[in-house]
Amino acid sequence: MILGIDTSNSPLAIALVRDDTVLIEETQNLKINHSLTAMPAVEELMKKAKIAPGDLTRIVAAEGPGSYTGVRIGLTIAKTLAWSLKIPLTTVSSLKVLAANGQGFNGMVCPVMDARRGTAFTALYDGRNLETVISDRHSDFKTFLEQVHTHGWPVLFTGIDLEIHRPLIEEILGDLAHFAPFQNRLPRASNLIALAAGEEVKEVHHTVPEYRRITEAEANLAKMDEGQSR
Amino acid sequence: MNKDIFVLGIETSCDETAASVVKNGTEIISNVVASQIESHKRFGGVVPEIASRHHVEQITIVIEEALQQADLTPVQLSAVAVTEGPGLVGALLVGVNAAKAFAFAHGLPLVGVHHIAGHIYANRLEQEMEFPLLSLVISGGHTELILMKEHGDFKVIGETRDDAAGEAYDKVARTLNLPYPGGPHIDRLAHQSIEAVDFPRIWLEEGSYDFSFSGLKSSVLNYMHNMKQRGETPVPEAVAAGFQNSVVEVVTEKTLRAAREYCVKQVIAAGGVAANKGLRRSLTETFEKENIPFFIPPLPLCTDNAAMIAAAGTVMFEKGLIGDMAMNGRPGMPLNSWI
Ligand SMILES: [Zn+2]
Repeated sequence: MILGIDTSNSPLAIALVRDDTVLIEETQNLKINHSLTAMPAVEELMKKAKIAPGDLTRIVAAEGPGSYTGVRIGLTIAKTLAWSLKIPLTTVSSLKVLAANGQGFNGMVCPVMDARRGTAFTALYDGRNLETVISDRHSDFKTFLEQVHTHGWPVLFTGIDLEIHRPLIEEILGDLAHFAPFQNRLPRASNLIALAAGEEVKEVHHTVPEYRRITEAEANLAKMDEGQSR
Repeated sequence: MNKDIFVLGIETSCDETAASVVKNGTEIISNVVASQIESHKRFGGVVPEIASRHHVEQITIVIEEALQQADLTPVQLSAVAVTEGPGLVGALLVGVNAAKAFAFAHGLPLVGVHHIAGHIYANRLEQEMEFPLLSLVISGGHTELILMKEHGDFKVIGETRDDAAGEAYDKVARTLNLPYPGGPHIDRLAHQSIEAVDFPRIWLEEGSYDFSFSGLKSSVLNYMHNMKQRGETPVPEAVAAGFQNSVVEVVTEKTLRAAREYCVKQVIAAGGVAANKGLRRSLTETFEKENIPFFIPPLPLCTDNAAMIAAAGTVMFEKGLIGDMAMNGRPGMPLNSWI
C-alpha cells in the first residue's frame, strides 16, 4: 500500500495506491494551512480505506520546488512516516507531478509555479514520456519563455498559477502555446505515485526539499561579499 | 505499582533541533540537541528560513538518536510531546508535523507543549517543584516572572514591554562588534572589568514586575555615539559591565520583590540568559541571604532542549491533555494554565 502526498503549493494532494489501483484519492485547492490539515487528511483517508499505518509499504512525496513551507510540511511528514514505519521513501519533482497532467501531449509540457516578481519555478518535460528536457529551476519567466521559443516546440502549460502568466506566454509563444484545461492544473497524488515507480529509494534521514532557490539572507550575503571583493 | 511513563520530547521552535526521552517527568534518559548556531553566525542572528531548512535535515536523525540513546523502541513510549508554540512559525511546523507523523505511525498520544512551560519544567529534571513557586524565564525571546500555585497553573505577574533581555544583550553586543550570540561575550567582558559605565536602571511604575530593556539599550548606543563624537574610544569591558550591572540589578531586585510578596517556597530561573554568570551569581547570593531555595538548571537545560518539553509534556499527559492530528504550530501561543 503506497501513500502519496504533495503539499508543495496551496493544493493538497493525497492518494493511496495498491497493486496499481487507486484506492482513494483527494485533491483540494482551498488555500488551507497544510500544517493543520495534511495529517488529519492522511488520517481520514486511511480510515476510510480501512488502512492502518502498519499496512503502508512505501511513502511517496513531492520534493519541491514550491512554497518553502508547503514542501517542508509534506516532506517532514513523509520522512517521519517512512522512518517510523521502516518503509522506503521516494520523492518526485513537484513540477513533474504537475507536468503529468499533460502526459500524452505531442510536444513539450511546461509546469508553472509563480514565484513573484516575474519569476517562476518551472521546467520543460517531453509530453510523450515525461522525460526532462529543461530541468527544474527558478527563472525569470520571460527569459525562460524566450529560450523555449527558440526551439519552436508546441508547449502545453499547466499549473494553478497559469492565468498570472498567460498574457506573457501568449505574447512570446503565440500559436505554439497551449493551455491545460482547468481540471488538469492541480497536482494529483496518483500521478505522483505513478511517477515514483521510476525513482530510486531515498536515504530517509538525508532527504531534503529541492527548493531550487537559495534563501534571501544567503543571496544578500553573497551580494555583499561580491561588493567587498570588488 | 504504577508503570513508568516514558515521553519523547521534540523541540524545533528556534535554532535547535532537539529530541529527548524523559522518564516519569523527572529523569532524563536521553537528550539530543543539534545546534545551528554556526549556520546563523554569519548572518548575526537567526534567519528563520535557514532555521526551518536545517530542522528538516536534522529532525529524523535527532529523534532516532534520542530513542537509540534511551535504548527504547516506540512501543515502550507513553506519549510524544512537542513544542506547539511560541516560536518561529516555519521552525515550529517541522517539529509539530514530525511529532504528528510519529504519533500517528505508532498510535501514540500527542501532547502540545508551550515552550516557556518547558523552560520552567526543566527544573523538575533536577529537583521536585514546590509551590507556590516563582519562575524567572529569561532568554532571547522572553523575560517573564511567572507565579505557579500548583502544577500547570501559570500566572504571568511581570513581562517585558519591549525587548527580551537576550535581545538587548545581542544588540549591545553588536554595537561592541562582538560575534553572535552576544550574551556570553558581554558576560565575559563584564567580568574582565573593574570599571563600569553608569547606565540607568529601568524600574517602570512603582510595584510593577514588568521589564523594559529598550531604553537601556538606547542609553548604551547613545553613550557609544557620544564617545565617538568626542573622539574618545569607549572601553568595551566597562560598557559591557555597565550594561550587565543594570540588567542584573533590575532583574534580581524585581524577582526578589515578587518572591517576597507572594511568599514563594521556591524560585527557579530558566532560559538561555539564566546561564549568564553575572545574573546567576547575583540571584544565588540574593536568595541565599533571603533564605528562599533558588535553583537554576545546568547550562544544557537552560538553553533550548527537548528534555524540558518532555518533562512538561509528561505532566500534561498525566492530566489527560492530549492533542490530535489537527495540532498546528502556534507562533503566538499564550501560556495558559492546564488546570
Ligand atoms: Zn527557549
